[in-house]
Amino acid sequence: MMKEKMLNWVEERFDLSAIRHLTREKTVPVHRYTPFYYFGGLALFFFVVQIVTGILLMLYYKPTGENAYESIRTIMTQVRFGWLIRSIHVWGTNLMMLAVLLHTFAKYFLKAYRKPRELTWISGFFLLVLALGFSFTGHPLPWNEFAYFAAKIGTASIGSVPLVGPWLLEAIRGGQGVTGNTISRLFALHVVVLPLVTIGLVILHLLFVQIQGSSVPIKVKPVGEIPFFPNFFLRDLRVWMGALIVLVGLATFIPAELGKKAAQFASAPAGLKPDWYFLPMYQILKWIPSTILGISGELIGIGLISTGALLILVVPFLDVKASREEESTWFTVIGVFVLFVFMLAITIYAKLY
Amino acid sequence: MNASRRKFLDGLLGLFSLAGLAALAYPILRYITPIKKREDSTLSVVASKINVLTPNTGKLFKFGSKPGILIMTPEGKYRAFSAVCTHLGCIVQYSSKDQQIWCPCHNGWFDLNGHVVSGPPPRDLERYTVFIKGQDIIVKKEKA
Ligand code: HEM
Ligand code: FES
Repeated sequence: MMKEKMLNWVEERFDLSAIRHLTREKTVPVHRYTPFYYFGGLALFFFVVQIVTGILLMLYYKPTGENAYESIRTIMTQVRFGWLIRSIHVWGTNLMMLAVLLHTFAKYFLKAYRKPRELTWISGFFLLVLALGFSFTGHPLPWNEFAYFAAKIGTASIGSVPLVGPWLLEAIRGGQGVTGNTISRLFALHVVVLPLVTIGLVILHLLFVQIQGSSVPIKVKPVGEIPFFPNFFLRDLRVWMGALIVLVGLATFIPAELGKKAAQFASAPAGLKPDWYFLPMYQILKWIPSTILGISGELIGIGLISTGALLILVVPFLDVKASREEESTWFTVIGVFVLFVFMLAITIYAKLY
Repeated sequence: MNASRRKFLDGLLGLFSLAGLAALAYPILRYITPIKKREDSTLSVVASKINVLTPNTGKLFKFGSKPGILIMTPEGKYRAFSAVCTHLGCIVQYSSKDQQIWCPCHNGWFDLNGHVVSGPPPRDLERYTVFIKGQDIIVKKEKA
């Protein structure tokens, strides 16, 4: 057969055992939490959608202060299916964030971070930060009113980081203020730096999963296992098809808006709020008074947020019980508290008021 | 080769590698740092004509490369401030209803002297002097 021959030809030159292992021997354990294994793949699917639609947007988008807004308007009004491509990219950001967050919480509650998967968790944590970075650098690009103030506020909070803050602020803005220079810099980060780093890290993340196999939650006895390829892969595919339908549906029926062009000499519009996944951070910055005991509120906010992030990063090392395969109820309780009380309640509060 | 000598050479190699990295990083960091534009030397501008504002209203004006806000108080007096919120730099607006200056980004409020009333802004708005010359309302900054 032709296919056999070609495979043999390659095999004579390269050792394909790793790929053969993936396609023939990798299995996925089956238990009542197996559906929780879908979210990582879902995040990956959305990430690929972002890359494809992002490349398409790049064909028409112009990253300068004078042309950015107009080029997006051209995409939305003149380029055939431009509105759809842009809407998918915008909705894709939201759904990817959702998938990444669900994936994080799934792995958290299943304690998949416990020994020996600490490094998988850590690489995942940085993927979460990168996902937020994509949103941060992407949002200002259309250069509408919302974009302009998002860039302004977002970068201004970087400025209050101790020591390097002021330099970082200027480096990211390309000057003192938020101008066309800022677009060029954010654009370079958004389309080159972040994708390169993210792709590298995703490969590492998946390599870890591939080497160690899927973790089984503590005290759960799998009822069996199914081959990854094709069985689990086909289930993944089913989830992705569903995701694509939802994504295209949202993009079609609630298309992304463009709004007014950014004006450097206009007041900030009322009701300006960041995207939902930044709302907890935003609300905290809003609640913290300007100074507490002589320390600036900004600094305290940044301190709180970095401490929280650091705690998430080192969860595998804090939860020693889980590493001994004992149930660590406390971590579940804290997780429930952080997710429902902190994230959800604050998000809803910030959305409403 | 004895152990201490090897250690010394390893250390030296490490040091040279660091120096090499620094030599690579330095021009890149310098390149990233934006060019300093000359400071805005605008000290005064015509912010508006008279008869544009009515009592208890305000408008934005360009002060060099930064926005300023000119307000006519309910008593009919002109006041001018920097319109850049001292919190995270949003552009403020005059709220006739509250007779205060409002920053919508995180709900910061300033009174008609530019003092912080509530919200996260850490400092008062920079205040400018206002005088009228013929038909023009002129706003002046003390120093650049
Ligand atoms: C762009 C973002 C991400 C992508 C594309 C991604 C992708 C994946 C995929 C495809 C898997 C295997 C399937 C699964 O078990 O769900 C996986 C596993 C895993 N991920 Fe992620 N991930 C991302 C972010 C994260 C984040 C933010 C975390 C946590 C902080 C994380 C932690 C983990 C862990 C601990 C596993 C091990 C799974 C196990 O053996 O059960 N990942 N990831
Ligand atoms: S930027 Fe004005 S209150 Fe935050």
